[in-house]
Amino acid sequence: MKTASRLERVFEEGHFAVTTECGPPRGANPEVIRKKGELLRGFVDAVNVTDNQTSVVRMASIASCVMLKEMGLEPIVQMVTRDRNRISLQSDILGAAGLGLNAILCLSGDHQTFGDDPDAKNVFDIDSIQLIELIRMMRDEGKFPSGKEIDGPPKLFIGAACNPFAEPFEIRPIRLAKKVDAGVEFIQTQCIYNLERFETFMDAVRKLGLHEQIKIMAGVTPLKSAGMAKFMKKNVAGMDIPDEVIKRMADTPKEEQAAKGIEICVESIRRLRQVEGIAGVHVMAIEWEKKVPEIVEKAGLLPRPEVSV
Amino acid sequence: MIMGEQKPLEVILGMLTPYDKIVLAGCHGCVTVCRAGGAKEVEILASSLRLARESEGRPLEIKEVTLERQCDPEYLEAMRPYLEDYQAILSIACGAGIQFVAEKYPSTIVLPGLDTTFIGVTEKQGLWAERCQACGNCVLHLTGGICPVARCSKSLFNGPCGGTTTDGRCEVNKEIPCGWMMIIDRLRSLNQLENYRKNLPMKSWKTSRDGGPRRIVREDLME
Repeated sequence: MKTASRLERVFEEGHFAVTTECGPPRGANPEVIRKKGELLRGFVDAVNVTDNQTSVVRMASIASCVMLKEMGLEPIVQMVTRDRNRISLQSDILGAAGLGLNAILCLSGDHQTFGDDPDAKNVFDIDSIQLIELIRMMRDEGKFPSGKEIDGPPKLFIGAACNPFAEPFEIRPIRLAKKVDAGVEFIQTQCIYNLERFETFMDAVRKLGLHEQIKIMAGVTPLKSAGMAKFMKKNVAGMDIPDEVIKRMADTPKEEQAAKGIEICVESIRRLRQVEGIAGVHVMAIEWEKKVPEIVEKAGLLPRPEVSV
Repeated sequence: MIMGEQKPLEVILGMLTPYDKIVLAGCHGCVTVCRAGGAKEVEILASSLRLARESEGRPLEIKEVTLERQCDPEYLEAMRPYLEDYQAILSIACGAGIQFVAEKYPSTIVLPGLDTTFIGVTEKQGLWAERCQACGNCVLHLTGGICPVARCSKSLFNGPCGGTTTDGRCEVNKEIPCGWMMIIDRLRSLNQLENYRKNLPMKSWKTSRDGGPRRIVREDLME
């Protein structure tokens, strides 16, 4: 164990891990995040808190994580390189660890043109792979990139994302290997709807032996409606929703589509659990956090293990 | 070459409001090639400005001149004879040229008639596109001759991100091909995919604008 992360401990003890995601409020009201935390308590091992996802301004991930931590949940800070240069990243890494946070997810971040401030200057001083490497160096070598010693290295469990469905497909397992080289320890994938293609991806991952070096968590997102499925397929790059999934949603009466979406999600989790090299599931119920307990329960993932860290 | 685009006519007219005698200065360099600030554009812009001002009842006298290059001190001398008789210079060179005119003639008002856009190429007639951000410390030998800084919307050194569309475009805009998809394709065709397998380290941006305004000193060429 390199950190005090509950997620790392869950993996260490050989459990199939469950994480979810929580979007901070578009305002300073802490009750929003606490309410979401209350819904999730006991149903997951750790909760990601997004960092201004889709480039829309929200409460800081670190601040929201601390609120969840105070409630006894185990947060994972998401950190994008879009808005911070390496000075600011290092400082926030130390800050997150100093506040008692134990895990971090390294991302480049959605381009700012998607959000409310398309006129903003982006940073991208470093990319997500370089961020992984930066944290690994700070934690394991106790050094800043400058070579100077860190007085109290940040003990963070290092995660990253992976999109098995974006072009160019054949490079995606290799890009994952690059993240492993950089020092990543767990991966949460993009939402999986095309299970066949995901299994092809995992074949390649296993050939590279990556599943033995890191913990790979399969990402799932319950569809709320046939409309949402069509919208995501059309508008979200690297989102692969097969026509048969859309058809299953569309063939369901409107008022039952949400339940159907959950059913599909639960089916996917049960199938993904059987895939060799999958160590957990990451449930991204976008602004639908209240459904996470139901999904986790129906997928047979309760109770969550008690671990001591 | 350095690309530029003329500012909208109403913006230029706005800047010229206080004046009735100006020099309109083009440049035979890059902006001629990209059809934004050469002799021909000087002629067309001058006519448009005269017409617009005549219709306002406030005629504008324009001295048209196109210099060999506005970024070279010796060519800037060509404008000196006119300066006493005119109130301002409207330059349609790139930002470097415009500033060099201002530097050369410190007591003359110099106005920008052109927005400098990027360092790029002529993809075909009427279509220019960015290729270089002049960041220094070039890595093109590792990336199949395609620049991750200029061609990837996020300037990732270890791309592609998850935002490549099924037809190989960037999620930011379907007009933009995914820079990393191009790099991968090209490395594959060159049998150099092993270049991709190695992580590129954090770049030093000191050689870019981030290190402050840049200079090149070549003592061997100085007199």
